[in-house]
Amino acid sequence: MSAAERAMGRIVARPGERALGWAAAAALAASAVLSLAVAPPDAQQGQVQRLMYVHVPTAWLAYLAFAVVFVASIAYLRTKRSRWDRLAAASAELGVLFTALTILLGSLWARPVWGTWWTWDPRLTTTAVLLLIYLGYLAVRRLTDSPPRRARWAAVVGIVGFIDVPIVHLSVQWWRSLHQGPTVARLGGPTIAPVMLATLLVAVAAFTLAYLYLLALRLRVGRVEERTVAEALSPRIGRPAEDLLDDAAGAPVEPAPRGR
Amino acid sequence: MTTIRQAALVAGKDLRIQFRTRFGAAALLPFAATLLIAFGLSLGPGRALLREAAPGLLWLAVLFASVLSFGQAYGSEVEDGALEGLVLAPLERAAIFLGKAAAVAAELLLLEAVVIALVVALFGLSIGARPLDLAAALVLGTVGLAAVGSLFGLVVAAARRGEALLPLLVLPLAVPILVAGTRATAAAASGGAGSWLGLLLAFDAAFVAAGMLVFGFLLED
Repeated sequence: MSAAERAMGRIVARPGERALGWAAAAALAASAVLSLAVAPPDAQQGQVQRLMYVHVPTAWLAYLAFAVVFVASIAYLRTKRSRWDRLAAASAELGVLFTALTILLGSLWARPVWGTWWTWDPRLTTTAVLLLIYLGYLAVRRLTDSPPRRARWAAVVGIVGFIDVPIVHLSVQWWRSLHQGPTVARLGGPTIAPVMLATLLVAVAAFTLAYLYLLALRLRVGRVEERTVAEALSPRIGRPAEDLLDDAAGAPVEPAPRGR
Repeated sequence: MTTIRQAALVAGKDLRIQFRTRFGAAALLPFAATLLIAFGLSLGPGRALLREAAPGLLWLAVLFASVLSFGQAYGSEVEDGALEGLVLAPLERAAIFLGKAAAVAAELLLLEAVVIALVVALFGLSIGARPLDLAAALVLGTVGLAAVGSLFGLVVAAARRGEALLPLLVLPLAVPILVAGTRATAAAASGGAGSWLGLLLAFDAAFVAAGMLVFGFLLED
């Protein structure tokens, strides 16, 4: 049995993970029905406006995910517990995924409505810069094989990158105001119909559940990764794998099933 | 010894290395000049377009050249275990950060003096109206850039194979400097650059403070 298989056998899903997965799936299904069938088409934009129900949730999650990276990075530097680093890494990967989705969906929406794939709107530009900053974050995680080093370097990028976001947004906003371009359409006009708002809120909740579920999965993969390294190293170092885990003291790693 | 005094010692050491290796004159300046020529060629010979693009080209050249200087500033530290000596010296971590950043900033300011002259000559940038605004924008922008670069230069140098990563880390974070620096430079030719200078100042404050706080964590090995 390989070290990875032994590690997988010892890291089992935490209670509630499966329930979270089903809740996310149900909420996403409900959100799909609401946004595709129940909510009316927009008075001006027609059917294409339904993209709002996926575009806005992905944008919200992108920022939420990077805020989690920021908090987890600070927590890691203060406590040096590798669980915070795993949380930051997992959330950063999801944040990059949702940021890329936000830009892609926004681009698909902008083409029919604004007549262009891209406009140098402050929110668009900030989101693009955000994607680049966190691609850098993920690249830093690949720079070194030493887990504590990787965690410390990544935490610094995770903190500094997040501090930069409001400054980037402000700078692009001021820059844009000098170039009077096409006026950006407000989402669904100045006011939004109650049924549309309800649909949007359901979609945001559903996507947030999906984020939490994916986060839980990614965290479990992270624990397996750490455990695999420990299992592979332990016979060479001659110490039990438990001692090689960063969180050896206090991490709720499930006890090894007997007889494996 | 105060933090400032310690930082001055580190900066002095770095500037002495830079002066003796002539890295600035031998590599940085020719690179910046090459960039400016390339920008000019890519935009074509139209005077009006070049004049309008001049502030942006100035800051692009500074930004790209600065990335080279950050790599260099820490390249010499990782050779022969010099970094261990620096870490073991009785210096505050924040002072090491400030010193490295100050040395890079000083080097970049010298470079910018030449780059400005080139941009004026090649692209017809006008600096007459408010030269003090332009100088303030360059100083503030350079400080912020040096703070970002001194933080990530260490990461990339310590990894020994991350040179390609440095621009990916520095350039997106430096977007506010590119925008505000360019706008302040353009505004210096016509009217006031006040609010842009304020933005640069905010960036400097955020990144110098963040750098002093987190730099020590990069040195723990």
